[in-house]
Amino acid sequence: MKVLWELFTMFFRIGAFTFGGGYAMLPIIQEEVVDNKKWLTEDEILDCFAIGQSTPGVIAVNTATFIGYKQKGIIGGITATTGVVLPSIVIITIISMFFNQFQNHKIVQHALGGIRVAVVALILNTVYKMYKKSIKDWQGISLFIAAFILIAFVEISPVFVIIISALIGIFIGQNGKFKEIGKR
Amino acid sequence: MIYITLFLEFFKIGLFAIGGGLAALPFIQKLSRDYGWIRQEEILDMIAISESTPGPIGINAATFVGNRAAGVLGGIVTTIGVVTPSIIIILIIAHYFSKFSETLIVKSAFSGIRPAVTGLIATVGFEVAKSSLFNIERYTNTNNILSIFDIKAMILFFVIVYLLNKYKKHPILYLIGAALIGIIFQY
Repeated sequence: MKVLWELFTMFFRIGAFTFGGGYAMLPIIQEEVVDNKKWLTEDEILDCFAIGQSTPGVIAVNTATFIGYKQKGIIGGITATTGVVLPSIVIITIISMFFNQFQNHKIVQHALGGIRVAVVALILNTVYKMYKKSIKDWQGISLFIAAFILIAFVEISPVFVIIISALIGIFIGQNGKFKEIGKR
Repeated sequence: MIYITLFLEFFKIGLFAIGGGLAALPFIQKLSRDYGWIRQEEILDMIAISESTPGPIGINAATFVGNRAAGVLGGIVTTIGVVTPSIIIILIIAHYFSKFSETLIVKSAFSGIRPAVTGLIATVGFEVAKSSLFNIERYTNTNNILSIFDIKAMILFFVIVYLLNKYKKHPILYLIGAALIGIIFQY
């Protein structure tokens, strides 16, 4: 019971005080789990982060579930996740209520006009950084362009794009292996 | 029952949005087109709110859309929907194979997914740029090609891009600055 409570409060704190989403949480989770609580070693936490980023869904939730599970099984995983999402639910619910009320106010409209331009800048900046980091060869460029065209102009579901791009990646990655098997 | 639809749609996002933060955006944009739970320009407000409040961005966005669509309960339902696939997948992986991310199949799948996700998020950038930096309606009315540019928005856009790359401060600072400029210069 004590460990469950610790899991809940620790992740609640992280959810309530970390700005900037999942990536910003990782160093704080590391400090809490490795240095303070000594639940995982340095290597284990890096494995955990790798899994959190290479599985679908929200990175913070994936990481919290994994750490919670390692401590206290399924209940631990669910407890840690509840802790990390609860502050968001409360804060966003309150903001949404105010947003509904003040959205059409003149000053709020002007502020939102400026904010929307800033968000466009933030998104395009992120895309640029992702492009530089994740696209290194012509296969990457083709996948990038194909995904863009399929979503922007053909308007198919992003779900298909994710599944097909994963299959293409697996096919290209395993191709060397297939050839070896063929030779035998 | 709107709650069931909300749950299923956000379950789908939790299952297929890979790569954190902005990866949910193309899905939410599609929801905006298919169901009208949130208007296209409100997606920008949603991003601004999600990035300038604490907590995971995907959870903040899910709660916001659910709340707009069906009130407080809607926000709770979408959040549960988006985390459920994570919990199931992680429990399976944590139980059976903790070296999951180092397997060849996962690595090669990601070599395909990463560029595609970048392309997906680029479409969101394209759509929001179209609606906030350009004024297509004014262009079709006047037929003057110069009137397609929203000059005021463009100036602010390039200033922010410049500052973002020069100072790399937290996004919340740029959002606050942009809000003040918006109020002062009547954006």
